[in-house]
Amino acid sequence: MGYILEKESFNEVLKKLGEKYRLYAPVRKIGEGRFTDVDVVRYDFVNCLEDMELEAKSDYSFKELLTPLSQTLFFFTEGETKEADMDTSDVIIFLRACDLHSVKRLDDIYLNNKFADPFYEKIRAHVQFALIGCSHSFENCFCVDMESNIAPEQYLFSLDVSGDLVKSAVRSEEIEKLFQSVSAKQEEVIPAHVTENPVRVEIPDEIPNTVYQSKLWEEYSARCIDCGRCNMVCPTCTCFTMQDTFYTENGKVGERRRVAASCMINGYTRVAGGGEYRRTNGERMRFKVLHKISDHRKRFGYNMCVGCGRCDDVCPEYIKFSNIINKVNRAVKEEGVR
Amino acid sequence: MSADINVKGLKKNAFRVSKHRGETASRVRIPGGLINAKSMARITEIAEKYGNGSIFITNRQGVEIPGISLEDVDAVNRELQLCIDEAEINQEERDKGFPASGTRNVVACPGSRLCPFGCYDTTAFAQKMENQIFPNNRHFKIAFTGCSNDCAKVRMDDFGIIGMTDPQYDADRCIGCQQCVDYCKIRSVGALKMVGGKVVRDENLCIGCGVCVAYCPTRAWTRSKEHYFRVVLLGRTGKKNPRLAEDFMKWADEETILKLVKNAYAYVEEYIDPNAYETKEHVGYIVDRTGFDEFYKWIMKDVEPNEKCEINNRLYWGGKHYDVSNNLKQTGFNDIR
Repeated sequence: MGYILEKESFNEVLKKLGEKYRLYAPVRKIGEGRFTDVDVVRYDFVNCLEDMELEAKSDYSFKELLTPLSQTLFFFTEGETKEADMDTSDVIIFLRACDLHSVKRLDDIYLNNKFADPFYEKIRAHVQFALIGCSHSFENCFCVDMESNIAPEQYLFSLDVSGDLVKSAVRSEEIEKLFQSVSAKQEEVIPAHVTENPVRVEIPDEIPNTVYQSKLWEEYSARCIDCGRCNMVCPTCTCFTMQDTFYTENGKVGERRRVAASCMINGYTRVAGGGEYRRTNGERMRFKVLHKISDHRKRFGYNMCVGCGRCDDVCPEYIKFSNIINKVNRAVKEEGVR
Repeated sequence: MSADINVKGLKKNAFRVSKHRGETASRVRIPGGLINAKSMARITEIAEKYGNGSIFITNRQGVEIPGISLEDVDAVNRELQLCIDEAEINQEERDKGFPASGTRNVVACPGSRLCPFGCYDTTAFAQKMENQIFPNNRHFKIAFTGCSNDCAKVRMDDFGIIGMTDPQYDADRCIGCQQCVDYCKIRSVGALKMVGGKVVRDENLCIGCGVCVAYCPTRAWTRSKEHYFRVVLLGRTGKKNPRLAEDFMKWADEETILKLVKNAYAYVEEYIDPNAYETKEHVGYIVDRTGFDEFYKWIMKDVEPNEKCEINNRLYWGGKHYDVSNNLKQTGFNDIR
């Protein structure tokens, strides 16, 4: 059922939700961007609509809530270990359609990939979603071609603000009661979504391994600076690495963390003895791109990339991921990769 | 027929006396080096109508319009009114051009309006400073630069202001990628190191350049809400003793800087050599005479530096003393011969 209500009433709903859930949404962090007096939009705790940044695409995705950038798994001292305490509050995350599609990727990788990751599972069990509608396509978005422009039906309610009014499609009986309690007007609501993006991509059905030898990757050895920002903002990148660290004050005590890792950053493929499987940034780019549009598909049956375009938004070298997809497509179709 | 001109007055009115008799050049003040297109168009018009069609870009980010006849000074001043209005330059009398030239154009690098490394809005600070100190006949050179790269070469000025940020570290967002550590080493001073998978900053070594923030892929490093500044004093070029400015303050705030520059004018009024040639004496040479302690006393009058501000109250400068010796220390020339 859908509801139309004043912003004030919607905030009442949020207030009541806040009694039971922690609410997380994109928040504009003033001056915390890369450059002086530039903001960053990333996920944080919110209380009301005014706390949320709903006009812009978030620079960083919601994924840091499910897969923390740095997570202590357990502490160890001499013969004992203790698992780190975890915040197990129930959570509602406000996100856009593309990001909601990426939840499926995270779930498949962490839960349905031979065995379930217990740390992810523990967090994930307490997380539900609310959908932020998209009234227009943002810069670099290509969700339509990635088929992530229309949200999967796993959200509690949606949110579209226009003027002083909020429109919500509500998909949960519990939440519906909250909307009724603030006398929201019932009306059919379809969450706003885009149906076309200025950026188009075409992914070939079959990507032969011979594309590895294509010359197209060489360009990125020269252009890419292996900063890994593309991986950090990506809602579907899930790689992590481990840190075992002993505290400096007492070398017998320490902790094991897992921290996000990036296949673009130097050292990702380094192995004992100094070997490295992908040394050039072109090779790293090849790995990343093919993972997003081919390798993941081979395992799970659908493309990993959701077309949010954040990697293109953040790249300091103006490398366009969407353009690389199209280059692969041309290489496969027109140039006929051997 | 030669014009009867008060040359000293002409110079104070920001006209340069040319070696070509009867000719002058108009020195247009551009605080912070930022000029709007409308004013630039007017400068072009003046150059074509009254000058020789060329425009000289000065080292201090102003422009000079050469080849103007001394007879056209009044007309040029009237035309310059638009540039003066657009740049909001303090003026005593309209249509009379720039009221002083002693205090030089305030220089600024592009700063945070454009540059990824700029730690503050250099243009805005330069304009604020200009507004506080101009017009004044005292010879002051003040320059603003966004970060420790010092593209504005503020160490050649009496007062050099260098932007700083106090980097904020959120260990929970740090993935230990080490890019901040590596880039700090390559592009800055190497103030960061990895300890137990996280980054430790040597607070004393850190120069507040913001390179760590620029290269952090996760926003574990962010800039401080406050903008801070390094203040360097009394650098100069010249025939006697060219030298680089020395560090006077670090982590200073804007208010502190505005006050101490204002105080420096009072110091110069008190101690300038009454017989100084054309009443012009560089601050640095006055300080050479009075000693730094006296200068310090004057510029710090009623200044309450912000809590974080560190001050060096005893400065020594190096540089070449041509008034003592013009010898090259080691020529090696005799060996070759």
